Amino acid sequence: MTNWGLRESATFDRNAISAIQRAAETGIYDIRGWGAKRPLPHFDDLLFLGASMSRYPLEGYRERCGTDVILGNRNAKHPLHLDIPVTIAGMSFGALSGPAKEALGRGASEAGTSTTTGDGGMTPEERGQSKNLVYQYLPSRYGMNPDDLRKADAIEIVLGQGAKPGGGGMLLGQKISQRVAGMRTLPEGIDQRSACRHPDWTGPDDLTIKINELREITDWEKPIYVKVGATRTYYDVKLAVHAGADVVVVDGMQGGTAATQEVFIEHVGIPTLAAIPQAVQALQELGVHRAGASGVQLIVSGGIRNGADVAKALALGADAVAIGTAALIALGDNHPRYQAEYEKIGSAAGFYDDFQDGRDPSGISTQDPELAARFDPIEGGRRLANYLRVLTMEAQTIARACGKAHVTHLEPEDLVAVTIEAAAMARVPLAGTEWIPGRSPGAGL
Amino acid sequence: MDAITQFDLATTGLREVNAALHKAGVTGSFVIDKPAGAHNVAVGVNAPVQVTVNGHVGYYAAGMNQLAEITINGNAGTGVGENMMSGVVRVTGNASQSAGATAHGGLLIIEGDAAARCGISMKGVDIVVGGSIGHMSAFMAQAGRLVVRGDAGEALGDSIYEARLYVRGAVSSLGADCIKKDMRPEHHAELAELLSAAGYSDDTAEYSRYGSARNLYHFHVDNAGSY
Repeated sequence: MTNWGLRESATFDRNAISAIQRAAETGIYDIRGWGAKRPLPHFDDLLFLGASMSRYPLEGYRERCGTDVILGNRNAKHPLHLDIPVTIAGMSFGALSGPAKEALGRGASEAGTSTTTGDGGMTPEERGQSKNLVYQYLPSRYGMNPDDLRKADAIEIVLGQGAKPGGGGMLLGQKISQRVAGMRTLPEGIDQRSACRHPDWTGPDDLTIKINELREITDWEKPIYVKVGATRTYYDVKLAVHAGADVVVVDGMQGGTAATQEVFIEHVGIPTLAAIPQAVQALQELGVHRAGASGVQLIVSGGIRNGADVAKALALGADAVAIGTAALIALGDNHPRYQAEYEKIGSAAGFYDDFQDGRDPSGISTQDPELAARFDPIEGGRRLANYLRVLTMEAQTIARACGKAHVTHLEPEDLVAVTIEAAAMARVPLAGTEWIPGRSPGAGL
Repeated sequence: MDAITQFDLATTGLREVNAALHKAGVTGSFVIDKPAGAHNVAVGVNAPVQVTVNGHVGYYAAGMNQLAEITINGNAGTGVGENMMSGVVRVTGNASQSAGATAHGGLLIIEGDAAARCGISMKGVDIVVGGSIGHMSAFMAQAGRLVVRGDAGEALGDSIYEARLYVRGAVSSLGADCIKKDMRPEHHAELAELLSAAGYSDDTAEYSRYGSARNLYHFHVDNAGSY
């Protein structure tokens, strides 16, 4: 029976006490997967103003509400034309099993969108099942080769990710199977570090030359994305565009990772909600936001869970979103059917985030052949496609209610915030007021 | 005998030159004159052609090369031969930083000096430097061989994996987990082979071998001070 006289410290709560005890016992920081778990201002703090007297809604199930998006059309001969504005974020083979990568390709292709490689190179399963595959160009250059570059539909130069802006990566030895090691040109079973900086360029001027190199190698066929973790987003986006990016990907701190220090995940970077308006402002000032054939598109990731989140990101100015954690959950990650096995490894369904340790009962974030064999890529792909369709239909539902014939016609004017923090970050008024904190005349960034 | 195709980068755009080198089934020899420091010259070539560049080039010359023999008669900027997969790239002058970065295969020869981070994150390429190399060279070098006929700067081979380094001259300092190793007969043999491939015939007894102590292959808190 609960003793009502017990009071938990808000400062030293159970998580904080456990972390101190764990640190004292092991002498090493905690590494885990997932993204920031702390409460943050997020899309839940925004609401749409549906149409009524002053706006006409569109009829659900009758009037068309478009969802397609063109990415990377300002320089590339072959821009991506996706059916839906929800893409699959970069996740590596190594972090994920081969069948899981295949399922991401299957699901994305079935729903008419793109998927993305990750650190460690392109697998034939993934290429074969992905109609549109974005090939990441990372600091480690693990598995990077010009043949795969030419096979890609777009190239994403990764400067960082929301879970760890400024940080490299670590794939722990237990996930370094013979195949993973071979693709990365490293010995089997050792801890693999992924560099935090590119080895042959620093700064935006160098990046301009690097982007041109990749264009020259691929004969100007493919869109070049630049991905940044959300920090100084306004400046980073401006510099990325100046360097020649066709698409900028901004990943907020809720964006997931396969393995990073807990302290990094929770304390570096800014929330997705705060990053989007900064990115949009940068694009607008450069005249490339929603600018047709001369435009630079914005993809936002980090904490997208449902169609409302998609709609809110688009309303704030994103051209598309990317999902990673949600895609893994759709595949079957953290499913209650594995509860007993999660408990055996000290976790629980809904809480499992040890993507780094390779013991994932769902067979998704593992290289253990027995665990990986549990996962059916066809079934996983179908689940992902279902989920992507739901996200899209939900976003359309909201867009129609706001009177929009295309989901990207949503705009900040359709939104209000329910907290002052969200109003300030998203730069939309607090509900029922015209007040946007920090946006009074003369306010800076 | 295959025809020689001549380009003058003073009058011909880089796109046209690289597109010609990328044509399906391309063969023969190409000469590129007056590069005037242009970036991305002869990148992404994927054919057994001979390319001669007469003059200095900027960044990433011969980047991601496959099969081609590319000679740069001059100096090369940052990242010459970066991520090359095969073939031979020769620089008759000096190379700037990150020469041969992340390269997976082939042979990169720099007759002069190479600046900082030569062979950074190399993944199987062989690099022979006629002169000296700068600091942080072979940083996180994974595989392949780096031969230096001169001296090496500070922190050689920092966080090195399985690449093998041969240096004839002085090494300013070794990076984390990089140690001097014995030259066994097989090392003398492979070094002689590499030198010969690059056109040199040094006495391999003058060289020392460096490689990974493999102490940092598994992260452990006791090694935290080494990083």
